[in-house]
Amino acid sequence: MSQILSLAIAGVAAGCVYALVALGFVLIHKATGVVNFAQGELMMLGGFAGLALAAVGWPWPLALAGAALAVALCGLLAERAVLRPLIDQPHIPVVMTTLGLGFMLKGGVTMLPGWGTETHALPTPFAGRAVELAGTPVAADHLVVIGVTALLGLALFIFFRHATLGKALRATAQNPLGARLVGIPLARMHGLAWALAAGVAAVAGVLLAPVTFVHAHMGLIGLKALPAAVIGGFGSVPGAVAGGLLLGLVESFAGFYAPDGIKDVAAHVLVLAVLLWRPAGLFGGRAQENA
Amino acid sequence: MRRARAGALLAALAAAPLLLSPWGLSQLSFVAIYAIAGAGLMLLAGYAGQLSLCHAAFIGIGAYAEALLQARGWPLEASLPVAAAVAALAGVAAAWPARRLAGIHLAIATLSFGFIVQEIMARWESLTGGNAGLVVAPARSLLAGTLGERGLYWLALALALAALWVLGRLLASSAGRALVALREDVVAAAILGVAPARLKTLAFALAAALAGVAGALYAHKLRFVSPEQFDWVMSIELLMMLVIGGLGSRAGIVLGAVFLIALPQLIALLRDLLPTALPPAGLELFAFGFALVLSLRHAPAGLAGVLRRRL
Repeated sequence: MSQILSLAIAGVAAGCVYALVALGFVLIHKATGVVNFAQGELMMLGGFAGLALAAVGWPWPLALAGAALAVALCGLLAERAVLRPLIDQPHIPVVMTTLGLGFMLKGGVTMLPGWGTETHALPTPFAGRAVELAGTPVAADHLVVIGVTALLGLALFIFFRHATLGKALRATAQNPLGARLVGIPLARMHGLAWALAAGVAAVAGVLLAPVTFVHAHMGLIGLKALPAAVIGGFGSVPGAVAGGLLLGLVESFAGFYAPDGIKDVAAHVLVLAVLLWRPAGLFGGRAQENA
Repeated sequence: MRRARAGALLAALAAAPLLLSPWGLSQLSFVAIYAIAGAGLMLLAGYAGQLSLCHAAFIGIGAYAEALLQARGWPLEASLPVAAAVAALAGVAAAWPARRLAGIHLAIATLSFGFIVQEIMARWESLTGGNAGLVVAPARSLLAGTLGERGLYWLALALALAALWVLGRLLASSAGRALVALREDVVAAAILGVAPARLKTLAFALAAALAGVAGALYAHKLRFVSPEQFDWVMSIELLMMLVIGGLGSRAGIVLGAVFLIALPQLIALLRDLLPTALPPAGLELFAFGFALVLSLRHAPAGLAGVLRRRL
């Protein structure tokens, strides 16, 4: 029983990171119709930004917020400089552009002298501590990840439900033409979606740091979060969160009970099964897009 | 005039082993090998509009099939077609979810397919040798004996030309036009009697077969296969090569392949001029990404489009 509980907590914590990256995929895709293959790299950038701020002496919570802001700004810039000129292009050139952007980010960070090729630790203030939960010791780091994700999720929920900007973004996602007709500036909404997605990814990067450390290849997580987003139905933010949590749990239990290797491909086996069985995702009601 | 120029180019390519250093020949062999895989992917992505993010898996399957068959004494005349066929079967399998999917969902399905294939290569140790990989012998053929570097180059060149020719014939046929119709508008194509699921499966099978051939040659060229060679970065590099060469153009395949092989050399030259602290891997990755973003923005028709404008 205690084994199951600790696997579940570890799974939910990993799932929170997947959920945050998956959320970014969905935010950008809903608002702009683009799948951003650089999402994992934005997360990696967040990890390094947090590292840099911690290195100059910022306390952990401030470094987390600072990294989110800095990477959100990068997302805004990327949208403005690279993606906006390609608005209304077919999906292959746009997807390739985000892949190119990801390569540039990863290559750029790798080139940072003395930093890019190393693996860095970025401990939370609670590193190494454990909390007793129903008789089972639980790593405090895991609870921090879950707590920060829950707070961020709540903040996003309130933003999308009650803030004018959030409502405008939802309107843009639902019907770009209609949104334009009521005076919502589409281009600015695209920038906002990129900034939000990048900021959320950066938080994921800092949260992931105690688990996998910070290194230039950590963006590969994005390639598991993307299937998680699809599992949840690519059109819904709660779906992305649910997909991420599901993936985290499946990986956690598969890593313990299933033979070696199953854990690493769980995301990909799950997403293929979902795509074959329910192409709109487990939680997606929206019909699949055409071409 | 055009015919004379093409003839001269062909003669130069055929004579290349006599003119180039072993290193130069090796680079040219890689260009030919990438052009073979590129021809298949161009059919799929450039003309049929289907984004495949698992082409490295097809190349890997061809490479492993060739390595294993040759190790069991099969001659090239038998092993190469079988390697192509095995890869084509994998293509059909990858197209299975694609029958119902379009656009980005398809891309993600192929991405996941590629990861699963790579994991199988790493885990099926009794067959593939796992992560340690397999050493591959030089290609043995019934007719030509053991192929050296030159023989392998001529084989790759001939197969690349054949692949480009077949692609041209296919595009001129009704099946080729149906594939382009699929890219432009699935619904309209279906109304006109095109069967999208069957056609997509066919395109995937053909593209994978060509990738399998390229993989078989790649295995002999490197004399070694291991799972991490066929990772998703290779799939992306192939797509980048086509985009930079020019999507939807046969010349773009070759130009892109030349670019892909030449860029690391250019960067090696550039690094001599830059501070030595720059790590090589990062610069190369950055340059690839930058070239991709730049070409999509300023030359959407790729190098082929730029050349066409200039000439």
